[in-house]
Amino acid sequence: MVNIKIDDKDYEVEDGLAIIQACEIAGVEVPRFCYHEKLSIAGNCRMCLVDVEDSRGLSPKPVASCAMQVSEGLKIYTKSERVKNAQEGALEFLLMNHPLDCPICDQGGECDLQDQSMAFGYGSSRFDGDKRAVESKDMGPFIKTEMTRCIHCTRCVRFSSEISGNDEIGSIGRGHDMEITTYLNQAVESELSGNVIDLCPVGALTSKPYAFSARPWELNKTETIDIMDAMGSNIRIDSKGLRVMRVLPRLNEDINEEWITDKTRFFWDGLNNQRIDKPYKRVDGILKPTSWKSALELAKEKISNSKSEKISALSGDLVDIESIYALKKLMKNIGSDNFDCRQDGSRISGPPERWLFNSTFNGIEDSDGCLIIGSDIRKEAPLLNSRLLRKSRDDEYKIGVIGFNNDLTFDFNFLGENPSIVEDILIENNNFCNDLSSMKKPLMILGQGALIGKDAQNFQNICIELAYKFNFINDDWNGFNVLHSAASRAGAMSIGFFPSGKGMITEEIISNYNNNKLDLLYLLGADELNLEKNDDCFVIYQGHHGDVGAQIADLVFPAAAFCEQNGLYMNTEGRVQESIRSTFPLGEAKENWEIIYLLAKEMSIDIGFSNLNELRNQLIEEFPIINPYREFEPLPSPKKDEFNKLNGHQFKRIIDSYWQTNSIARASSNLSKRNNYIKEENNR
Amino acid sequence: MTVRRLADNQDINFKFDNHDLKFLNSLLENYPKDKKQSAVVPSLFYAQRKAGGWLPEKAILAVSDFLDMPKIRVLEIATFYSMFNLQPSGDHFVQVCGTTPCWLRGAENIKKACKDYIGQEREVSKDGLCWIEVECLGACVNAPMIQINDDYYEDLDYESTVKILKDIKNKKNIIKGSQIGRKSSEPLERD
Ligand code: SF4
Ligand code: FES
Ligand code: FES
Repeated sequence: MVNIKIDDKDYEVEDGLAIIQACEIAGVEVPRFCYHEKLSIAGNCRMCLVDVEDSRGLSPKPVASCAMQVSEGLKIYTKSERVKNAQEGALEFLLMNHPLDCPICDQGGECDLQDQSMAFGYGSSRFDGDKRAVESKDMGPFIKTEMTRCIHCTRCVRFSSEISGNDEIGSIGRGHDMEITTYLNQAVESELSGNVIDLCPVGALTSKPYAFSARPWELNKTETIDIMDAMGSNIRIDSKGLRVMRVLPRLNEDINEEWITDKTRFFWDGLNNQRIDKPYKRVDGILKPTSWKSALELAKEKISNSKSEKISALSGDLVDIESIYALKKLMKNIGSDNFDCRQDGSRISGPPERWLFNSTFNGIEDSDGCLIIGSDIRKEAPLLNSRLLRKSRDDEYKIGVIGFNNDLTFDFNFLGENPSIVEDILIENNNFCNDLSSMKKPLMILGQGALIGKDAQNFQNICIELAYKFNFINDDWNGFNVLHSAASRAGAMSIGFFPSGKGMITEEIISNYNNNKLDLLYLLGADELNLEKNDDCFVIYQGHHGDVGAQIADLVFPAAAFCEQNGLYMNTEGRVQESIRSTFPLGEAKENWEIIYLLAKEMSIDIGFSNLNELRNQLIEEFPIINPYREFEPLPSPKKDEFNKLNGHQFKRIIDSYWQTNSIARASSNLSKRNNYIKEENNR
Repeated sequence: MTVRRLADNQDINFKFDNHDLKFLNSLLENYPKDKKQSAVVPSLFYAQRKAGGWLPEKAILAVSDFLDMPKIRVLEIATFYSMFNLQPSGDHFVQVCGTTPCWLRGAENIKKACKDYIGQEREVSKDGLCWIEVECLGACVNAPMIQINDDYYEDLDYESTVKILKDIKNKKNIIKGSQIGRKSSEPLERD
């Protein structure tokens, strides 16, 4: 700790902080453009100038506060006449070549340059020469560029090399001719590229899909969470009337830091396409609109006419915990144990520490090595990949990968494709063992792709054995992690929406469906199953998009999408967060839990709740782990279990196309444009 | 200076052969093992020489491949330094110093000579000559001066410049260095 004075007030701050950080802690505002907490320091905008005074007296000229550290006894002046002049000067220079086209600029209203010119600017300019103009660049379907507005803070350049890791954006030329661009105007490929839109302090990089559609002050802002992957990133949904206009990240150091993936940022137009807004029933092979009343009656009739052991239910990847819980209750009441949430055929089961990300995302900072098994981590959780990228900058940090040899933006040790390599490592018959045994706090990341198939439990046991052998698990470290990619999976698992003992698992349900041995199948937003229509089985689909699930359905219940209702989700770490309603369900659609409640009522089943609060109270009472207000604490280490030699276990790729993993994403033209873009570039 | 872009006509084959790689690898020995990209400037310079005095895109890609650097980072360097030519620069690349000492001693006349006998700045003439104006080349004592490919020609005036250019066209031998017969930068007898 050091003692410093800021504007004549005493403060005690941590050693090694930059002056600008100390000022932030003290609540003194220092204007800045290039400085960003999460990026390296560039010190090139000169907006953050302050005066400092130490034992040798006042500094001969103002210093850049982002590039200088605090020291004992330092006196900092942020508002002196000289500082004011210097800041005005810096701004005047920055504005010299800036087009001042705010009325037609999408950044207007949330622009750092606008705000700081108001607060710290000189008010007019003494330059009357020609302004320079710069050709705009093509950065792909997400980022719109207007490079004349660029002030060369290089935040985007630093982001692309430090956070996204693709090194795609750079600055060519120099001096007056410097330009920010991608390599010869190529589209950026990173899954995180959209973050440069937020980073850019001016309107040089803005969102292409959102272009000219709203002004920030006319938007309704809802703070909620994202369900495009299982990380539970914190987001803000901006809506205008009934439409979601855009999605922005919210700061949460534990989960997404300041970033979100492009899929999260741009999925919103999918909420307007292919929506189911009325109940439908199949008449003569065609889905025809019907009323809620007749839809519920039909469902009741079909359910009561089916044998309970021939009824089954599957839940999808985007569903909130409450409705899965309601469905479980309904199924139990009907007398069926055939329900599963593991659409992709994963065989995780047992206590939560066997299928959660135990080290937590922040735990990655403490780790000193990593072994990734059967996970295409860049596609399954791009933000996690970025955290690993930052760790991998340290030469000592070794990363081993078993399974898929894909471009992860960082260097890793590819150990092979075969799951049996885990067995080799266990008997120390692998080169990576040397690296592993020197690690004190390594991470093991098991993807869902590693846990599919008959031998999955056994494979997991081998991994746990391995974890105990090499420090992945020891007395003060639990680095055994299972990574999910479906937002509702961890939540559904923790309330036991999978058969334990009796009941059919996904694989059996599907084969029974295909072999005409099923009477009724209830799909709660389950769209990723690849089923053909089978007339012998009555399929009820409850969901919000006319996607794969609705195509094979005989009865369709229109439901709210995640941002049109309140609902709980558990992320892959086991953190429970609430998704908040930002717009209203479309047309006649109802909230998910309510549909199941109405169905139970129709069938005269007492399901035990009649509103969301009652449902939630019941749920939390039965499963305290779901309580969103509970202190988030680490789980115990998973227990060792018996295991056998692997028998033909294979890894499976669970994500083929990153941009089309769920029904909202598939309906989004933003994302499919991006998807096609990659194909076109590959063909070129 | 104008914005520097890659040439429109990229019709040239470029690949490092074994001989090149041997030389480039020897460059790497000058730098720490894990800091390969330190060799980017000498590698680009070598590539420029190989391609005949300019950097086609293929050369930039070859260097980025060789040094495991992202393409954009190599492009940044290639566009930053004005000594990397992004456009073809002919067989005889004339760089005319136009900075103050040379200018005071008549660089404008030298430029005029180039314009008269070669053509517009940056355009390659039929005889493979091309000229541009550059900043100080460090031979101010013998101002004004020009550099043709690797050699300096000093103490020039309009006539002597024209003579040099003509001699190049006619493939005659030309004396390098001072054109008034002085050795290095020894003092001149004033008349
Ligand atoms: S484009 Fe934006 S973020 Fe990038 S350097 Fe320019 S002003 Fe900064
Ligand atoms: S913020 Fe300090 S120089 Fe830009
Ligand atoms: S000014 Fe011409 S060489 Fe220095």
